[in-house]
Amino acid sequence: MAEFLVLAEHTGADVKKVTLELITLARRFGEPSVVWTGPGAEQAQARCAEYGAAKIYVAGDAVFDDLVVAPAAALLAQLVAEKSPALVLLAGNAQGKEVAGRLAVKIDSGVLTDAVDLTPGQGGPVAEQSIFGGATIVHSRVKRGTPIVAMRPNAVAPVPEPGAAELSPVSLAAEATGARVTGRVVAERGERPDLTEASIVVSGGRGTGGAEGFQVIETLADSLGAAVGASRAVTDAGWYPHQFQVGQTGKTVSPQLYMAIGISGAIQHRAGMQTSKTIIAVNKDPEAPIFELADFGVVGDLFKVVPQLLEEIGKRK
Amino acid sequence: MNIVVLVKQVPDTWAERKLTADGTLDRASVDGLINELDEYAIEEGLQIAEAQRAAGNEAEVTIVTMGPDKAAESIRKALSMGADKAVHLLDDGLAGSDALSTSYALAQVLGVIGFDLVICGSESTDARMGVMAAMLAERLGVPQVSLASKVEIDGPAIRIRRVSEDGYFEVEAALPAVVSVVEKINEPRYPSFKGIMAAKKKPVQTLSLADAGIDPAAVGLGGAATEVVDHTQRPPRAAGTVVKDEGDGGVKVAEFLAAQKFI
Repeated sequence: MAEFLVLAEHTGADVKKVTLELITLARRFGEPSVVWTGPGAEQAQARCAEYGAAKIYVAGDAVFDDLVVAPAAALLAQLVAEKSPALVLLAGNAQGKEVAGRLAVKIDSGVLTDAVDLTPGQGGPVAEQSIFGGATIVHSRVKRGTPIVAMRPNAVAPVPEPGAAELSPVSLAAEATGARVTGRVVAERGERPDLTEASIVVSGGRGTGGAEGFQVIETLADSLGAAVGASRAVTDAGWYPHQFQVGQTGKTVSPQLYMAIGISGAIQHRAGMQTSKTIIAVNKDPEAPIFELADFGVVGDLFKVVPQLLEEIGKRK
Repeated sequence: MNIVVLVKQVPDTWAERKLTADGTLDRASVDGLINELDEYAIEEGLQIAEAQRAAGNEAEVTIVTMGPDKAAESIRKALSMGADKAVHLLDDGLAGSDALSTSYALAQVLGVIGFDLVICGSESTDARMGVMAAMLAERLGVPQVSLASKVEIDGPAIRIRRVSEDGYFEVEAALPAVVSVVEKINEPRYPSFKGIMAAKKKPVQTLSLADAGIDPAAVGLGGAATEVVDHTQRPPRAAGTVVKDEGDGGVKVAEFLAAQKFI
């Protein structure tokens, strides 16, 4: 069976959900081999095994945390040369895409980013991408080299299937170079899940009226165990931090449930959430374009609808 | 300091964007404008140049773009914001280039004109790949200081704040380097009347593939390492239920959530 490399995203000991998605996806085609950079592989071994990883290549060197992007790409290039995998899969977040880009240059192979599905095809795997704000569906493939594909988080559901997840130590042959990380700051997010990985995202827009009004979005998100998102109007006005912006120039999310509260749904916002599985909208303007996307919509005042919803969720818990 | 800002002309995100029969972007039928995220790169380049000059150092901002004739509009805009000169890589042989071949072509141009600092936007609003800074750093063999929400030049060093999934990293490298900037790093200036008039006299150099030493076989549709198999318009989502809040809107949402097993 063909070997597929999956670059792990992890927090040192915990493997991130997106990596389990990629392992699940790789099983459609062949044997998933996880590539683990930095410490923590031993702690994550059981979880990778649960989802069907055949091997874990472990490069435990601290250099992967100390230098930006370049060493991970160098390691993948080395493994592509040594193992001749059929495909390299990465998480389609900002850093994953950068690693994919550098790897593509190193091994002169085609790279596809932001794929929402991957299926076998003549001449190699075919990636589905949703472009132009979700208005167009494109199927693309790599025609030169070892295909490199960065998948959008939440594109496939992780499905357990036992694997050996045998640890195999590897070390970076080339000297690591690149920009050096001198400090790390983690923003306050509380217990909320990652915006791009969350199964439920609750986003607030201009209708929240300000930072104070936006708190109702956080409360609703917490009652559902959801991540908080915001429209550009909100982040531009400084009501909520920029890193939570969903849309054309912000993050792209694809959760099971997306709740757009007080968001009109301009095309730039839709670009970041259109592939969500279920969409709920609350807006006082019946003409708001967000209702065209909504599976369920309420035309009304969010400051009446959301508190009542919170009360109902409380009752049902 | 020789600062190069990479600018891409893209279709207006408000317009109806399409692919042509061969799977390449239809650039002809829609209005083009500067990729919005590149405006932050231009502004950052101008601010760094101004700070360098204020400290008694020479500094120059060069705009580099690759694209058809129409891309000259974006060059004009960037020059009217205050950039000093521009280089336009213009050749029919470039049409259909993918990210990998585009990075090759741009790296060749950067090799010809030289640089201390290359600045680009974090992604383009059309392809949205977000790979160009990484690819260029790899090709040019210089540090990648990307996804910057803050840039500081300190003599031969560059320090940035790199946005991460859950906060930011402080990152440091030696110049020359490739930087990409995220939205909100600054507030891009509007061209002044004086700037618009001055831009008309600023030099714009046009380079062909041969001028930049670019192998024609390595760019364009033929040089691309990826290809579009097919493309279709997304069918409209099945119409959902929209109700007017009659004092029970919250209850109705809760019922929908419960029916879908979200609560």
